[in-house]
Amino acid sequence: MIPTHLGFEEVMAPMSWQEARDEALRCYYCYDAPCMSHCPTGINVPEFIRHIAEGHLQGAARVIFDDNILGSTCARICPTEVLCEGACVRTKDSRAVSIGRLQRVATDYAMNQGFPVLPAKSVKVHANVGIVGSGPAALAAAAELRRYGCEVMIYEAREQAGGLDTYGIVEFREPLAVSQWEVQQVQALGVQFHYGINVGRDVSWEEVKSRHDVLIIAVGLGPVPALGIPGEELRGVYNALELIALTKMGDYEAIDLGSRVVVIGAGNTAVDAATCAKRLGATEVTILYRRGEEAMPAYAYEYEFAKHEGVNYKWWTVVTAILGDNRVKGVHCKQSALAPSDVPGRSLRHQPLVIKENSDFEMPCDSVIIATGQSRFSSPWLALGIQQENHVPTVNPLTFETSVSRVYAIGDCLAPQEATVVSAVQQGKQAAQDIVKRYAKEGNV
Amino acid sequence: MADLSVNVAGISAPNPFWLASGPLTNTAYQVMKAFDEGWGGAVWKTVGEPVINVSSRLASIDYGNRRMMGLNNVELISDRPIEDNLREIAEVKRRFPEHAVVVSLMLPSIPEMWKDMMHRVEDTGADGVELNFGCPHGMNERGMGSVIGQVPEYTEQITAYAKADSRLPVIVKLTPNVTDIRNPGRAAVQGGADALSLINTINSVMGVDLDTWLPRPQIDGRGSHGGYCGPAVKPIGLYMVSALANDRKVKVPLVGIGGIESWQDAVEYLLLGAQAVQVCTAAMHYGFRIIRSMTEGLNDYLNAKGVARVEDIVGRSANKVGDWNDLRLSYSYKVVAKIHEDKCIGCNLCYVACDDGGHQCIDKGPEMKSPVVREEDCVGCNLCALVCPVPGCIEMQEHDLGIVETWRQRQDRLTSLS
Ligand SMILES: Cc1cc2nc3c(=O)[nH]c(=O)nc-3n(C[C@H](O)[C@H](O)[C@H](O)COP(=O)(O)OP(=O)(O)OC[C@H]3O[C@@H](n4cnc5c(N)ncnc54)[C@H](O)[C@@H]3O)c2cc1C
Ligand SMILES: Cc1cc2nc3c(=O)[nH]c(=O)nc-3n(C[C@H](O)[C@H](O)[C@H](O)COP(=O)(O)O)c2cc1C
Ligand code: SF4
Ligand code: SF4
Ligand code: SF4
Repeated sequence: MIPTHLGFEEVMAPMSWQEARDEALRCYYCYDAPCMSHCPTGINVPEFIRHIAEGHLQGAARVIFDDNILGSTCARICPTEVLCEGACVRTKDSRAVSIGRLQRVATDYAMNQGFPVLPAKSVKVHANVGIVGSGPAALAAAAELRRYGCEVMIYEAREQAGGLDTYGIVEFREPLAVSQWEVQQVQALGVQFHYGINVGRDVSWEEVKSRHDVLIIAVGLGPVPALGIPGEELRGVYNALELIALTKMGDYEAIDLGSRVVVIGAGNTAVDAATCAKRLGATEVTILYRRGEEAMPAYAYEYEFAKHEGVNYKWWTVVTAILGDNRVKGVHCKQSALAPSDVPGRSLRHQPLVIKENSDFEMPCDSVIIATGQSRFSSPWLALGIQQENHVPTVNPLTFETSVSRVYAIGDCLAPQEATVVSAVQQGKQAAQDIVKRYAKEGNV
Repeated sequence: MADLSVNVAGISAPNPFWLASGPLTNTAYQVMKAFDEGWGGAVWKTVGEPVINVSSRLASIDYGNRRMMGLNNVELISDRPIEDNLREIAEVKRRFPEHAVVVSLMLPSIPEMWKDMMHRVEDTGADGVELNFGCPHGMNERGMGSVIGQVPEYTEQITAYAKADSRLPVIVKLTPNVTDIRNPGRAAVQGGADALSLINTINSVMGVDLDTWLPRPQIDGRGSHGGYCGPAVKPIGLYMVSALANDRKVKVPLVGIGGIESWQDAVEYLLLGAQAVQVCTAAMHYGFRIIRSMTEGLNDYLNAKGVARVEDIVGRSANKVGDWNDLRLSYSYKVVAKIHEDKCIGCNLCYVACDDGGHQCIDKGPEMKSPVVREEDCVGCNLCALVCPVPGCIEMQEHDLGIVETWRQRQDRLTSLS
């Protein structure tokens, strides 16, 4: 379903009650359902859908939030085609059950009618856990730990919690209010939030660690790195995350894109930035990518969405300079190609490139949005002596404990390329469960 | 074109689809509209001393996305003056001489009243009467309806009153609210019935409103038991028709009623011994227009089967339904489930059904492409095939184990041994 209007309201319309029931009745209520094992957080999909079919939305919401405290966010932004819905048995005899949209029906109900009482945990443990960051990974860990009775304190550098859900997901895919509501639910579970504290700058990592029995590091990724080309300082150059954050906070006056916009990069962030630019009034938005269509990191449905919204794509294009005196006037580009010899075992996206000689051309534009991924933090690992490789801490893949005992790292800070909220949530849960197990075993019950 | 016309105890009609006595056949306007749409006959809404009805009168059960899977009503017989009904019946018959017009009657147990009414019906030119011994609510409390149908002696007696002084064919409409349908069936035949029709509605309490805690339908805060009909009751109607079709003491034509809404439903009734069928709920649900797909479907079905006349399929399956004692025992014959891995979509419904509700003979595992039946443990109950959502994915394969023995034959064999 592709939307046809351009505005900041959610592109995906909510399902009506009748639609939801029809769709819920399409679910076979599979046993050991593949949709469930393909949800990283293991939401009991058939169970919640059956609740919907029976008209019991509160029950459906309870099933969802029991496994995924960010069920409202996930209902909106999970790449369902490659997760739950991709595995639905009905892809084989008809079309997948719209699990994500049904999940939204149930979680929207909870947003309007009240958060459901979640099933009680069988044990209560007492541990004092500090969490740095308040993105999806942190919130999931915090909620899980609170449900077992732990003391949880969150340190967040920004003014609001929620991480990228709050600042980084474009409003028309997930309204700010949804992320804020989820944060409130975690808060209601008794998690303490401290805002405006940038650990490492305002307080040392050692200090924070010493305050708690356990420390969870969930700092996500850093800012969009500079391209290192001339002209990056010009007025009209934005990094995608800043731009999106401004729109989320409703700070439209701070944005001046003009009518012709160039976006550098072709991942999810580029799609978000480009479609956002369209909504901000740009008439011509072009995504420039140094590789071909086949290597593009965005999901197929994101690509479709961008094209449908009128975003242009230009492949095999490397921006070598941003042009202009004070304000952006255009970009200088060269054409690229795959290097003649490929490196065996590497994906198309990681094959070496060459720049074609004499392929220079210029493209006039009013602004440039850089969407080439996020940088990684190294300070926490250095400060605490945590084993790492390329700024990625080494963790036990099941428990997410780092090489330093009782220090865990979860979420995007571990992530390779394709990070998702739903896997951040699962990592938060797994770390929390390890902590619970450890403290329950140590008789701290 | 197959010949769809029927003749039930002298009542002929262009096709076997008749409207059952009910709200659809209350007026000449409705019956004539129905005939225009293609219905072969109609049983007029039961005529008798005019009654006063209640409001509301209907409630229904939905199932999944299916509305009105079962319907229930606390409506009584016609609330219009007898004269109006009879006058309109005469008018319909004049305009539609080829169509079956049957008048449903319900009267107190007074021979003179029957005699008088039979004459008045004859005067309308109607093709026959149907005695409503089935209405399970309201009228039975006044000594009519299912009170008659539930007592074979009364059934026989009143049928005889109707037959006493009239040559009109009499169909007795039976109530399913009895333990053995053969008893009232035989009694009606004994009393002179020319045909039997069944089933009337089944006693039921349709439901309770979860918010108000009032029964459905509710009439100013109270409810009552009412007659159940619609798709949900078809299996009961089919059983009862087959029971009478197989009864040697019942040698009159049968008319099948209950849950018919497609030509397939009708064919099932015909195969089990009905010569014609009557439809109520389905036409109430979708309107008279459903007759078109019913007649066309039946016609194409008969053509495909190479059957020239609809009457040629009547009763063709009846003698296949009988006592459990005459079924082959499982050491003699069984079916075994076989899952076709290429069709399986992996929902595991067969697995959980067999494990929880069957005989624990389906295995599944991460390395297996689909669940697999352990043949030696499968009792052939069908459950897995019934739950599997993919047509043809689970096949019940026949295993003929050589010997032929039923319970009856086994008992005989064991007796002869001792
Ligand atoms: C533009 C964009 C679009 C995306 N779209 C999707 C999508 O459609 N679907 C999907 O599933 N995923 C999407 N993602 C990915 C998803 O947002 C992340 O995987 C997820 O947010 C990771 O959660 P996290 O908790 O690890 O980190 P984050 O959400 O990044 O949260 C980290 C938090 O830590 C705080 N922090 C950092 N350093 C410190 C410090 N030193 N002291 C205190 N606080 C600190 C930050 O302020 C931030 O609040 C998208 C990401 C981007 C950038
Ligand atoms: C609202 C309603 C009123 C009915 N009234 C009569 C009636 O007056 N006389 C009668 O013999 N049967 C009456 N019936 C029963 C139907 O004729 C028929 O026997 C029964 O509904 C089963 O058929 P079905 O499943 O096609 O509806 C009535 C049924 C309904 C639903
Ligand atoms: S959380 Fe995401 S992946 Fe899991 S069931 Fe919901 S929509 Fe699907
Ligand atoms: S796989 Fe599809 S049909 Fe089966 S339970 Fe999941 S959503 Fe329902
Ligand atoms: S019920 Fe049918 S489709 Fe489902 S797992 Fe069993 S065989 Fe396969």
